[in-house]
Amino acid sequence: MSSVLVSTTINGDPIEFACPPEETLLDSLRDRVGLTGVKEGCGTGDCGSCSVTLDGRLMCSCLVLSAEVEGRQVGTVEGMVENGQLHPLQESFIDNAALQCGICTPGFLIAANALLERNPSPTEKEIRYALAGNLCRCTGYDKIVRAVQVASKEMRKKSKKTKKK
Amino acid sequence: MKISLSPTLQAAANGEESISIVAATIGQLLSKLEAQYPNMSQHLEAGIAVAIDGQIYRDDWGKEIPTDAEIYLLPRIQGG
Amino acid sequence: MGNDTSYTDQKFEQVGRRVRRPDGVDKVTGRAKYGADAYAPGQLVGLILRSPHAHARIKKIDISKAEKLPGVKAVVTCEDLPDLTGGNRGMMDILENCMARGRALYDGHAVAAVAAVDKTIAKQALKLIKVTYEKLPHVTDVDEAMEADAPVVQDFVFTSGVEPKPTKPSNVSGISQFGHGDVDAGFAEADVIVEKSYKTEQTHQGYIEPHACLANMSSDGSGELWVTTQGHFVFRNVCSTLLGIDIAKLKVTASEIGGGFGGKTHVWMEPVALVLSRKANRPVKLVMTRDEVFKASGPTCSTSIDVKIGAKKDGTITAASASLRYQNGAFPANWGMIGAMTAYACYDLKNVKTVGYDVLVNRPKVAAYRAPSAPMAAFGVESTMDLMAGKLGMDPVEFRIKNAAKEGTRASYGPVYGPIGIGPTLEAVKKHPHMRAKLKKNQGRGMACGFWFNFGGQTCTDLNIGIDGTVSLTVGTIDVGGSRASLSLIAAEELGIDYEQVKASVADTASLGHNDMTEGSRGTFSSGMATIFAARNAVEVMKGRAAKMWDIPVEDVVWENGGAKATGKAHSNLPPLTLKEIAAKSPQTGGPIAGHNETVADNAGVSFASHICDVEVDPETGSTRVIRYTVIQDAGKAIHPDYVEGQFQGGAAQGIGWALNEEYIYGKDGTLQNPGFLDYRIPVCSDLPFIDTEILEIPNPNHPYGVRGVGETSIVPPLAAIGNAVSNAVGVRLNHIPMSPPRILKALDEQAGG
Ligand code: FES
Ligand code: FES
Repeated sequence: MSSVLVSTTINGDPIEFACPPEETLLDSLRDRVGLTGVKEGCGTGDCGSCSVTLDGRLMCSCLVLSAEVEGRQVGTVEGMVENGQLHPLQESFIDNAALQCGICTPGFLIAANALLERNPSPTEKEIRYALAGNLCRCTGYDKIVRAVQVASKEMRKKSKKTKKK
Repeated sequence: MKISLSPTLQAAANGEESISIVAATIGQLLSKLEAQYPNMSQHLEAGIAVAIDGQIYRDDWGKEIPTDAEIYLLPRIQGG
Repeated sequence: MGNDTSYTDQKFEQVGRRVRRPDGVDKVTGRAKYGADAYAPGQLVGLILRSPHAHARIKKIDISKAEKLPGVKAVVTCEDLPDLTGGNRGMMDILENCMARGRALYDGHAVAAVAAVDKTIAKQALKLIKVTYEKLPHVTDVDEAMEADAPVVQDFVFTSGVEPKPTKPSNVSGISQFGHGDVDAGFAEADVIVEKSYKTEQTHQGYIEPHACLANMSSDGSGELWVTTQGHFVFRNVCSTLLGIDIAKLKVTASEIGGGFGGKTHVWMEPVALVLSRKANRPVKLVMTRDEVFKASGPTCSTSIDVKIGAKKDGTITAASASLRYQNGAFPANWGMIGAMTAYACYDLKNVKTVGYDVLVNRPKVAAYRAPSAPMAAFGVESTMDLMAGKLGMDPVEFRIKNAAKEGTRASYGPVYGPIGIGPTLEAVKKHPHMRAKLKKNQGRGMACGFWFNFGGQTCTDLNIGIDGTVSLTVGTIDVGGSRASLSLIAAEELGIDYEQVKASVADTASLGHNDMTEGSRGTFSSGMATIFAARNAVEVMKGRAAKMWDIPVEDVVWENGGAKATGKAHSNLPPLTLKEIAAKSPQTGGPIAGHNETVADNAGVSFASHICDVEVDPETGSTRVIRYTVIQDAGKAIHPDYVEGQFQGGAAQGIGWALNEEYIYGKDGTLQNPGFLDYRIPVCSDLPFIDTEILEIPNPNHPYGVRGVGETSIVPPLAAIGNAVSNAVGVRLNHIPMSPPRILKALDEQAGG
């Protein structure tokens, strides 16, 4: 059984790796690329802790084969920090105690970011439905929803400012 | 001193609801308990907790027992 | 010990602040390392082969083909795990649960394991192992397992707690009884008696991070283990005993933990990883799949409970009894006993009797799950309390207040209570605006109370002061939900410095004395206590150093506002020395400054909660939505209110899942039908409303700050609170958890038909 060679872009960086044809993107990201911020909670698409973006779209990396990401853009939690600055969602998660154990946090950040890019001012209900593919067993989601609400406000303020400039 | 026993422990003390042991510490209490009631050894192995005036101690042999305290023995348990 | 643990009503500078947690940035950037995130050069992939049968004799395991597959470095069976337990049956149970010995006791029981250079080869190797099974009769239901002709799960188990001693093995491993007074006389006095039976199904803790470890045994007999656990010191002791390693030679490092809730207090597979590594002479990483987590790491008990309560017309309970049958999986445990202890802990009862039955079945070994055993008992008792209130025509809250335990009450499990919070939580329920929110059609409101003991345990803490005046706090209790932030606040409080100057971390087993599990809500309680005393020791050292710097007697030095102050007229010219200044001069005044404490911090203080819940039930589909939820709980003193609220909300959400959806479903063949998050459905974000919290602070007299354990109690009331709400919404009593749509529809049909 021969490996496939995959050339792709991950968090903006060109990356190449070889892997068995049946390997999932989740396994490749963790075991070959060293991006262990992508977590495995189930391996069957039910928990969202392996969430990444693929060409900007939210995906469970455990359901994607690495061979499929050839030539595409992959985004993980490791890519959310820009110029050494935490993303407003990351700040808000810490400030609002939206994580306890934190294993679900990377997945929630990716999913919430995908939501806010699509819909900068979601209602509580929209937030809850957009995050329904991500499981958290520690928080009861209360502080996660609040953290997303706070971040969305912050981000809208910021984008207004940049527009005015 | 009067030592009250949880019903679960009473069989090992000939069915008594309470027994009398003089002890200055939890450690002394537990060793005298076993000496007086050999059948307690199975419970001691599984663990016995000592409540002194309502406060439950699980492990502290050195804990002093005030002479006028209410002492209650019950099985030791664990949490999550 | 000589440390004063008693409560002082002090004003706090740091404690109670909502600070940012020290591990926050690592966790939002993906840098934090959990169980599966460690890698070692040359590491192998470990995989476990599991029994597909509920109960079977293992006649033969042929590993020869698997061993020959290129890339396979080790294959192990129970032959590689000889019995070194010296007759300790508890240890033997752990070993046998890690790897079957001649008999597979449940669907998912490990029978062999491999280590290979990659996942693909390891998977192939598993397929090449040939196991010859002979199926045996099985039993998975708790009531069926108690019947006389039920298949015996373990033939070394004889019922304890009965006289005369039984001569035949039984699935009932123990019967335990609690209570006081004379219940027969009490029931005779009652005007009204309510009796009802209940069932609750088995649920899993459902931590999102599967069990994972990286084992690395060296040929000199020493080893290292990286593992996700609630207690790395206990794991070290267990693994050392089972594998014949000297305790000092096995270094266990706890990873960040992705949830545990009790499930990571037990050793499930770590000895297998170590033995694979020993055999292969290479590091081995072993990570469970979700399927394995469900099948082979301990869920909670399923139960069957009978409750009987008698009361006078004025609402005084005259007698209460319960019979509680708890299924412990394939190994003996005492979860039924604990259920019997907690059942009536909220109430002041003259006559009470509870009997707990601990029962073996062919299911995975049951593990602790947050306030283990209490939620099911509370479901039975609190549902019956509502039924009784209804019969008496009393308001359920008033009825509970009338019978609530208070300081001086003899608890149903024996001892007499000190200051406790059940009364205040009930009064808070009465005042809460939630109780006045309008309900619409098909909606119902319910409330219920809950109790949990909370524990302390062995604890050891180091506090070192750097030359720049910053403080490293080293603890041995795992941080499951933000305790490093809380402990840093405590250290800062004692030293009189800012939170930002303290950095807390969790030590490996080679760097600190033994610490018990982070279980029984003890993380912040016990390590908090040890931190206080370690800091006080360091303050004593610093007072001595200040005295040296000033060249005055140490008796003339006091510690105030984060620095040393010279007292008395003779020294009035001496300006105070800050911690920073003293630290800077430490090389000249006697070397490093440290404080240390080891303690058995018992006495975490009992805690009580009352929950209020509104639900809406769709009579067409039987599906239920929680529309409003309020948690009111006594925290003693909230060190970091955000994380106290977080514990309240998380526990409530788990309880909601248990009440409405979650259950292990076993087929007729005794195999688990739903070992995945798709079919075992835990609440998702869109299932829940915001969960309102109210923290009461009734100080624990045995903690300097009044802290109580807070982590567990919040899962106790939800089953009953939701049960009561659903029953009020649909007008029929639900007595089987979870109240899934089919069960609700069935109850509605029966009501319509009858
Ligand atoms: S690991 Fe991919 S969804 Fe759970
Ligand atoms: S914080 Fe633990 S699973 Fe979400």
